[in-house]
Amino acid sequence: MILSDPNDLARDVWDVVIAGGGNAALCAAIEAAEAGAKVLILEGAPEAYRGGNSRHTRNFRCMHCGALGPLVDTYDEEEFWQDLLRVTKGETDEDLARHAIRTSADCLPWMQAHGVRFQPSLAGTLSLDRTNAFFLGGGKALVNAYYLTAQDLGVPVAYDAQVLHVAISDRTATHLVVEKNGQQVEVKGRAFILASGGFQADIDWLARAWGESARNFLIRGTPYNRGVVLKDMQDQGAETVGDPTQCHAVAIDGRAPKFDGGIVTRLDCVPFSIVVNKHGTRFYDEGEDVWPKRYAIWGRLVAAQPDQVAYSIIDSRSIDLFMPSVYPPIAASSMAEMAIKLDLPVDRLVDTVDAFNAACQPGDFAPQQLDGVTTAGLTPAKTNWARSISQPPFYAYALRPGVTFTYLGLRVDKTARATGPGGLYDNIWSAGEMMAGSILGQGYLAGFGMTIGTVFGRIAGQEAAAHVA
Amino acid sequence: MSLDVTLQTDPGAISTDPVLEARRQIEVCNACRYCEGFCSVFPAITRDKVFADGDITQLANLCHNCRGCYYACQYTAPHEFDLNLPKALAAARVDSWERFAWPGGLARVFQSHGMALAAALVVGSALMILAIAALPGSGAGFYAWIGHSAMVAIFLPAFLLPLFAIGIGLVRYWREVGGGRVRWIDLKEAATSVGQLKNLSGGQGQGCNFEKKERYTDARRHVHHAIMYGFLLCFASTSSGTVMHYVFGMQAPYGFFSLPKLLGVPGGILLTVGCVGMAMLRQKADPDLGAPGRSSGEQGFIWLLGFVGLSGLLLYAVRGTGLTGPLLALHLGAVLAFFLLTPYSKMAHGFYRFAALVREAQNKRAHSLR
Repeated sequence: MILSDPNDLARDVWDVVIAGGGNAALCAAIEAAEAGAKVLILEGAPEAYRGGNSRHTRNFRCMHCGALGPLVDTYDEEEFWQDLLRVTKGETDEDLARHAIRTSADCLPWMQAHGVRFQPSLAGTLSLDRTNAFFLGGGKALVNAYYLTAQDLGVPVAYDAQVLHVAISDRTATHLVVEKNGQQVEVKGRAFILASGGFQADIDWLARAWGESARNFLIRGTPYNRGVVLKDMQDQGAETVGDPTQCHAVAIDGRAPKFDGGIVTRLDCVPFSIVVNKHGTRFYDEGEDVWPKRYAIWGRLVAAQPDQVAYSIIDSRSIDLFMPSVYPPIAASSMAEMAIKLDLPVDRLVDTVDAFNAACQPGDFAPQQLDGVTTAGLTPAKTNWARSISQPPFYAYALRPGVTFTYLGLRVDKTARATGPGGLYDNIWSAGEMMAGSILGQGYLAGFGMTIGTVFGRIAGQEAAAHVA
Repeated sequence: MSLDVTLQTDPGAISTDPVLEARRQIEVCNACRYCEGFCSVFPAITRDKVFADGDITQLANLCHNCRGCYYACQYTAPHEFDLNLPKALAAARVDSWERFAWPGGLARVFQSHGMALAAALVVGSALMILAIAALPGSGAGFYAWIGHSAMVAIFLPAFLLPLFAIGIGLVRYWREVGGGRVRWIDLKEAATSVGQLKNLSGGQGQGCNFEKKERYTDARRHVHHAIMYGFLLCFASTSSGTVMHYVFGMQAPYGFFSLPKLLGVPGGILLTVGCVGMAMLRQKADPDLGAPGRSSGEQGFIWLLGFVGLSGLLLYAVRGTGLTGPLLALHLGAVLAFFLLTPYSKMAHGFYRFAALVREAQNKRAHSLR
């Protein structure tokens, strides 16, 4: 049922009110409703954009012993934990992380039982078929399945319902102030689950946290994750975790939309290219490692360049070596023409490419592996795939930093309960991106955001329902 | 390795040309690939990086309009990429049928206008009334109303001419998609796919998203099966009658426990029920996810096909009464209109779809050998 009249939200005292409408919020809603609670979902986005960043996801990382659903072999707790430790460089909470990892194994069958369908690992992602279970149709199909399940359980949803304030008295939340259709209403409840994501879509906040250059960043996901609830909780003294200044950014096609470009804006050509900034100068080793291990680093590298832009240039021999980009490359028959098309200083770019080509050492170029084909006497060096950029036509793609999520979140315990100035809140839980900083303090592990959302969404739903039972 | 990147489209360059628009959307799909498990179209897309016109035609005809990808898509409106792949491929698909149809122009009329189909039915029936009046038979059953040789003289060309026309269309299709020599194994794979309507299964047997939006249902697959198998049974019924007549010298009318009736009665029931079911499902489905501007023609075709089935059944029910004559004229008129319009109506989709599945079997084989 869709509640379109704001007054309908205020008419009742709900058992469990959920701020947010993505994966974590929906898992919480389903668990709480199945436990018998009267649940309300407040989704800040309109119906067409429901689901937060979950609608852009494609898989979920899952521990398993033996084949499970679409997953092959075994991915045990220790290996999962080591993977997490490596990407976060220790910026994680072991207790909470291991809890998420262990619980992930039970989540896959639960997801299937609640309408989510999985498919074999996608073309070009074979390396993930042991660790990540892919959703048939992607994250929006998952979100659709959960909304249908919630609907079948009789859970009402209000779209365009922005939570502005969590009213807390002592350690107990009493109601939410919600804006819908330009009207503010008080939504009363006995338990509250906050699952409304990070703040990456609030560009001003991003600029305050990261610096003015963040205004040139592109936001890969939903424009509705503006951190309104997170900020409100922070202002009321809720304990937070995660670096408030940091976001996870990857290098994406510079022509991508400001918001919501999602997966198709990624660009996989960097290892086979040279990357120059707007002055036509190289600034980092493009061949340091395979792209899946480097795209996140390049988000930061490009963010540090003037105007937060860079250009990846290849020659005709490399055009067929990477996954297709959704944007056609800029083509030129000479490097001078390319410089003009990209609006780069002509002499500088030609010099950069000439110097690179002269430094390329002979070797067996092998695009599928670290081939050790390197430059000599060049700074910065290119340590793999250093084949000359010499066979026209030349192709270029613009690169910009694309923000995936922010790290700042609410501190929670193993029961997903949030913490205020006076200790644990009585009736406030948090799940999903909004508390993921507790576990993922730095870096990223593909599909782990959905794991955290599913695990803690379910826990929050169960705990909130038990609280009101 | 080189790649013709001039074929690539800017994802924001929305086009009114069906082929250009389908190409734009397919390129977005190829950069995303989330829908790979729904049907044959997406794995086929991932085999290429750029798409020539023939590739678009092939993908468009491979699409069964299950709509799973639309409801799963993160790029549908109001997103600026404005994806609606079922619609884009449907538009490119009907565009290809209308281009391939021989003689040209006819297809556009009957694909677009249900009224044109209704007019064909009226004309067909009127012709049959005239035929009955002018060429009364002397045999038993139907042949008392119209002579066997008159029936053959009308329906043999009415059956063969459209087959010839559709043959020309298929040759044009095969050329455009760059089809190779057809092997037995390709036909077998295509027939298996058609027989099970694998591409309406949602990839996992959960069905498609035709009439219940985000929910999967098998309703469309079931009613399509009813229509297809009902039609094939009716066709088998007629064929068996022909064989009985010419090979065994057994003249119509046949009793209920005869091959033509045992095939024809269930076939007619399936065909009629299937068409009613399909018309009802279409009422619930979102027209904006189908071929733009062809809704009336598609609806008209379903009514015509359903009427062929229903009038055939009624004809059997009123046997021996005075209603036989008028009903015979209506039924034969509907069959006549249906046959003659096969290359120019929605009926053509079956032939092109089969060709696309044969081509897909070839492409898959070639790719796995690579």
